Formats: sequence, structure tokens, C-alpha cells
Amino acid sequence: MISRLGLRFVALGYLALLLVFPVAMVFARAFQDGVVAAWQAVTTPEALHALWLTILVAAIAVTANTVFGIICAIVLVRHRFRGRNLLDAVLDLPLAISPVVVGLSLLILYSLTSPVGAWLAQYGVRIVFSTPGIVLATIFVSLPFVVREVMPVLREIGTEQEQAASTLGASPFQIFRMITLPAIRQGVAYGVVLTTARAIGEFGAVSVVSGKISGVTETMTVFVADRFQNFDLVGCYAASVVLAVIAIGTLLLTNLFEPREDR
Amino acid sequence: MSIAVCNVSKRFNDFVALDDVSVEAPTGSLTALLGPSGSGKSTLLRAIAGLDDPDSGQIIISGEDKTGMPPQRRGVGFVFQHYAAFKHMTVFDNVAFGLKIRKHPKDVIRKNVNELLELVQLDGFAGRYPTQLSGGQRQRMALARALAVEPQVLLLDEPFGALDAQVRQELRAWLRRLHDDLNVTTILVTHDQEEAMEVSDRIVLMNHGRIEQVGGPQDLYEDPASKFVMEFIGPVNRLGDTYVRPHDIEIQLSANGSTSEATVENLIYLGFEVRVELALKDGRKLWAQVTREDARQLDLEGGKQVHVRMVHSRVFDRANEESPAEDSL
Repeated sequence: MISRLGLRFVALGYLALLLVFPVAMVFARAFQDGVVAAWQAVTTPEALHALWLTILVAAIAVTANTVFGIICAIVLVRHRFRGRNLLDAVLDLPLAISPVVVGLSLLILYSLTSPVGAWLAQYGVRIVFSTPGIVLATIFVSLPFVVREVMPVLREIGTEQEQAASTLGASPFQIFRMITLPAIRQGVAYGVVLTTARAIGEFGAVSVVSGKISGVTETMTVFVADRFQNFDLVGCYAASVVLAVIAIGTLLLTNLFEPREDR
Repeated sequence: MSIAVCNVSKRFNDFVALDDVSVEAPTGSLTALLGPSGSGKSTLLRAIAGLDDPDSGQIIISGEDKTGMPPQRRGVGFVFQHYAAFKHMTVFDNVAFGLKIRKHPKDVIRKNVNELLELVQLDGFAGRYPTQLSGGQRQRMALARALAVEPQVLLLDEPFGALDAQVRQELRAWLRRLHDDLNVTTILVTHDQEEAMEVSDRIVLMNHGRIEQVGGPQDLYEDPASKFVMEFIGPVNRLGDTYVRPHDIEIQLSANGSTSEATVENLIYLGFEVRVELALKDGRKLWAQVTREDARQLDLEGGKQVHVRMVHSRVFDRANEESPAEDSL
């Protein structure tokens, strides 16, 4: 009994000290000058633009990584081809490489002095110091989550249900829509949550490629850092609270994806 | 509605799964593909369904060449060993799946599905999910799902393999009756010779990707074409090249010209039947199957000296050719 209590104390204490306490501090600091001050701090044009840009970038990155993540997972699990193991290993690259390095590599690749950047500039496409660069950086760092969540689920469900559907007359697309997708739904949902959290929270790569232009290329995390450096602590903490609320909201959303038969 | 397989071969890397197999299943028949694991029986069934593509040969269903066609266009119903239930759908939606794909009107679907659920004795289970059903119920649901699209042929891949003995026994008898009612040309894959003999009217016995023998259950038992058939269908004693069924060994108390001396080593009572384990004078072992009544009349017990005679035996030499049986031990 004592050891059980002790174990619980360690686990909860660890969570409280390292997780709950710092987040609670942010909330407390954000509202130290009252709700009105906090509200005003996050409704300035710069803050609203940063929020809008964060949501836009996250939406694009999550959509792209979900669609391509499901395709990648199917190819990696169901297909046998040369280089499959290599592709599998490359997928974890975004987790291994520091985001700052990712940002720098994008900067080198797409800057106006590089061949690629110069070629794109001819057609009026600008990647670095603008939204496309932020989107590319965010896609890069949040790429593995959907693939990694979907792959084990795909392996577990096997191919018999899909084969059964094919003998019943379903086309490959119908099989995907009516059998495969519902079966991997939970994996996809969890992958989307992780991707969203990563996309919203990304700082390193984005701060490098965005150029941190206030009101133009500032995302929420860059905005938080900017406020902090300008000694606007209320603005900094209030923006942090907004980020935390979005993350918690995403987590709650996944509960909608719980499998029906368990309800 | 017949099925014809012509010269079908299939390799998986170095493994020859099907070696130039030709076989037919006549309209309305219930054919069992029987054989040990790795004999190619499942591969053959999957080739007929279009789930595996053979390397060469033709698959003809109802006179139509279906070789190379996807499963969707073969008009087959397929039942898997592990049910392949659509886990996120209710029993009703599972059975309705093929009809929804074919865009039948809703009221027609409801009527058909309810009739099918009654047929497989699952009426009242329509709203349940597969995880809430027993193995036997899931397999009946899978069968109803396959029957819903009115397939030309029904293919069953070890359908009772994952069920326990009693349920398996019940479902065999039920499947036999169902087939008699519906008369859909059916092929059943099984490794269980008893199941094949009990359910089917024709058995195709396979080994190493080839067909050993095709015939009725009685033909295979009484007139095996090879020693493999002899050994696979029913129990057998092997003495050199001589094969004898345990019930073809007669035990007598007195010697005559055609008997050999033997010692009773052990008696195993299996209800009506008694298994008598015997040792010949030269040390070779065999066992005989006698009735309880015979065992009592002969007063059999361990250690008793008896005389045995082979009523009927077969000799297969090394080349697997049958030669005239000799009646001596």
C-alpha cells in the first residue's frame, strides 16, 4: 500500500513539477494585470495577424501531412520495393534534425542568391521571408507524425477486410473510403493532433525562414518571443495562453474520433 | 455456374505453390479442396477469386474466362478463415455492404439483409458490432455478407478453422443443409479430412501444389490412387510397402494358414470402438480397430497372444504404383 502511494506520489509530483506548474505560471502571469490587459495584448493587429498566420500555416501543413502521411503509410506497409527501408529511415529525419538547421537549409535552398530561389523569383514566387517558407518549414518539422501513427494500425488491420470488400464489388477507392479509412481513423486522428501541436508550436525553423517581420511573417510563437524581448510580459504570456488553449482544444477534438463500438 | 481451372501454376519466389493444376467444380456441387498446409489449396482458391494472380493458366467461371480480371468482376463470394468482418460496421451494414456498393434501393437492401440474417440465424443481431459476436456467429455473418450479392460461386477458405470443435461440428451440418437449399456451386478449403468427407460431395486432394486425386469421399477412402491419399484419408498401418486400414485387421484366437502371431500391447477404449495396439513377432507394431463387442468376446487384454489376419491391404512400391496386394505380414 505504501509503495503504491509512493509510486503515485512520484508520478504525480513529477507531472506537477515539470508540466502543470510551469503552464499554470504562464496562465497566472498572463492575467496578472487583469483580463482586460491580457485581452488587449492579444487583440493588437500584430497579435491577430500572428494568430491568423499560425492557424493558416498549421491548416496547410496538417492537411498536406495528413494526405501524404496516409499515402506514405500505405506505400510503406503494403508495398514491397527497393529502397523501402531507406524511405522508412528518412521519415524520421525531421525528428533528428534540429529545427534551426531545417530553417537554415531552406534559407540556403530558396534564398534569392541560390539557383532555385532565383528561378522561382522570375515567376514572382518568394519562399524565404514570406508565408510559403513558413509553410515549408512547418511541413518539414511536422511530417512524420501521421505516417508513424498510421503505420502500426495499418499493419494490425491486415488486408483481409479489404480483400473481402473487393470480392463484394467495391472499387479500390470505395475500399479505401469505406473500409481502410474508418479502420485507421484513430491513428489518423492521433497523428493529426500531434501534427497540429507541432505545427502550432514550431519556433526554430520558422524564426529562421520567416525573417520575423512583425505583422507580416510573425507566427504566434515568434510573436511570443518578440514580445518577451521587448519586455511586454503581459503580451508574451497572454499569447502563450492562446497557444495553450488551441493545443488543448485540439486534444479535446480527438475525443470525437473515439471508435463507436467502445462508446 | 461451374468453375474450371486449367493448367494453373503459381510460384512464390522459389516455392512452387501450384504446379500445372487443372480441376473442375460442376454446377451446384460442393467441392472440398483438401490437403496439408502448404499443399496449395488456399492459393488455388484465391486464384479462382482473383485475390492472387496465377503465373500461367486460366480460370473459367460459368463458361466465362475470368483470368486476369479483378475480384470485383468475378461474381464470387469469398469467406475467410478469420471472418474478415468489417469491425466498424454493424452486422446489418456488413451484410448490406455489397448491396450498397451496387446502389440497390434502401428498402430492397433492408428486406434482403433481414432475409439473409434469418437464413444464417442472426435475426435480432442486426444492430450489433462484430466484436459482440461469437466466432461462429461472425462466420455466419460473413457467409450472409458473401451470399448477399448473389454470387455465381461461393468460395470458403478454411471457414471453420478458427472455431472450437463443437461449433465447427454444428456449422458443418448447417453448411451442408444450406448448400442443399441454395445449390450455389461451392468450393471449400480444408485441411481436415473428416470435414471434407462430411460436408462435400467431391474431394480434390492436393499435395505439393499438385492434385493427387479427385473423387467422392468414398472413392478416395476405398480406392486411393497413391500412398499419400491412403495415408491422408483415414487411419492406416504401414508395414514396409504394405498399407492396411486398422479395421481391416482381424484378430483371432487360433492360428490358420493366413494369420500371423501377435501380442496385444495395449487396449484403448473409445466408446463403441476399441483400439488394439499389437506387436508382431518380428517386433513390428500395428494397431487394429475392433468393436467393443468383439474385444469382449475375444477377451482381449494386455500381454495376450493372438493371431491377426489382414482382410484387405494395399501395396504401394517406391514409385508410388500400386501392385497386387499380398496377404501375408
